[in-house]
Amino acid sequence: MSWVNAIIQGILIGGLYALFACGLSLLFGVMKVINLAHGDLAVVAGYVALGVIAVTHVPAVWSFVLVVPIFAGLGYIMQRTLLQAALNRSVLTTLLVTFGLSVVIENGLLQFTSANSHALDIGSLVSDSFSIGSQITIAYLLLVIFVVAVGVLLGLQYFLSSSRQGRLIRAVADDREAAQLSGADYRHVFGIAAAIAFGTVALAGLAFGMYSSFDPTIGTNQLLLFAFEAVVIGGLGSLWGTLAGGILLGVVQQIGAQINAADQILAGQLIFLVILVVMPQGLTGRRAAA
Amino acid sequence: MSEGTALLEVRDLTVHHGQLRALSGVSLSVFPGDVYAMIGANGAGKSTLLRAIAGLHQPTSGSILLDGTDVARLRPERRVAEGIVLVPEGRRLFPSLTVEENLLVGQSHARPGPWRIERIYELFGWMRDRRGQRAVQLSGGEQQAVAIGRALVANPRVLLLDELSLGLAPVVVRRIYQTLPEFLASGVTVLLVEQDVSQAMQVASRVHCLLEGRTTLRGPPAELSPERIEGAYFGLAGPNGDQPGHGGAES
Repeated sequence: MSWVNAIIQGILIGGLYALFACGLSLLFGVMKVINLAHGDLAVVAGYVALGVIAVTHVPAVWSFVLVVPIFAGLGYIMQRTLLQAALNRSVLTTLLVTFGLSVVIENGLLQFTSANSHALDIGSLVSDSFSIGSQITIAYLLLVIFVVAVGVLLGLQYFLSSSRQGRLIRAVADDREAAQLSGADYRHVFGIAAAIAFGTVALAGLAFGMYSSFDPTIGTNQLLLFAFEAVVIGGLGSLWGTLAGGILLGVVQQIGAQINAADQILAGQLIFLVILVVMPQGLTGRRAAA
Repeated sequence: MSEGTALLEVRDLTVHHGQLRALSGVSLSVFPGDVYAMIGANGAGKSTLLRAIAGLHQPTSGSILLDGTDVARLRPERRVAEGIVLVPEGRRLFPSLTVEENLLVGQSHARPGPWRIERIYELFGWMRDRRGQRAVQLSGGEQQAVAIGRALVANPRVLLLDELSLGLAPVVVRRIYQTLPEFLASGVTVLLVEQDVSQAMQVASRVHCLLEGRTTLRGPPAELSPERIEGAYFGLAGPNGDQPGHGGAES
């Protein structure tokens, strides 16, 4: 059944979308920052990985060991400096600042790396697959990415619900001032949340770079859009919603592609619009977005 | 009760909200073991004073001394570490967190001291059984108790209580005030804001009346007659009310 295959492929790719989206959702949930540079950061992670691989000769698959911590640190620093400075002015300012950041990143990459597309070379892994029956073929890489994405979301959920730092993140998201009155420095907590968001988007960028190819403009043209759609479909503020949103987006895109290869992206946008109209809170949205 | 040095001293504090002058040169001294009650009409500046002491408003001028050290430039979270903890007006619990998680957040940057979550559960017997509930599912009085617990587990030296009785039934308010001696016995000093003057007079060792951001009266409740308090509260008396214990007061 080619339809079953399309659905399975959609579920697997949906995991990657959810991995892209969870950082976006976290930044919005905790500090009300809509990070328009989110997709570009994923692309930068791809280029940084190329640099790391060229210098250290680590296999591309293991590049995340260096790139993710680098991005987590970058996220903390960016939050404590640029984003916090924007937040101190107004939430709207953060929108302008991240939009500006997106433009700067994209044009910087065009300037210094050319518009050519790149991929992270993982050798034969990219095409290795196994078959179930005659119609269903599952690529190991996509399966691994899906498992990693679900694992990251599970880990993040556990961290937020059970650790001291996670509890502080939720407290700050609820009421920044009350958290200060309990002795928590909300700017540091914001920094931690940004570190997680940047780390996860870097991981997603690397996964995408292995699965497909990237160029300087794909961050805004595709990745940011897919992440936004996954978050909105799933409902803000819920990691499981984000996973569900990513999977639904992936499945609908694959079904669209099954009907007509050119309709893949369009199908995704349509389900996004339908969800917005029919259930604006998203699949799992409990809290009304203020 | 005013021997020794003040634990918390506010000197000539002026705070503006934008153009509006919310506090004009207010001074007060809170001694260890005091229950110091701020009274006054709506908009008198009582909450502003507490928020300024906690660090949520930057004063235009004046100083806030804790044990002789000026804390007026410290961020709110640093003041918690120094031992100034505010229970804010309206409780301000973390709505998506459970009762226990609210207390855990309060404990996350605690000073060493006698208050632990376990002791809060002993103080408010019902709380242990309901620790897994979300804070928003509690009644107003229960939320107020959790808010007090969240502040106590930080082991404050000075506990600031802003309008405990707001929106609560009198019987609930009385029950919350009944726990006050327990904090005091553990060495916590209390500075509170109270709308209900008679409630304030019952629990306080000193009262301090504000009117439009200025001090109109202060002193031990026993030395203040209802007429003087009424005058200071509504601004009917002359400005000479500013002398503690001045002009024999029968009560």
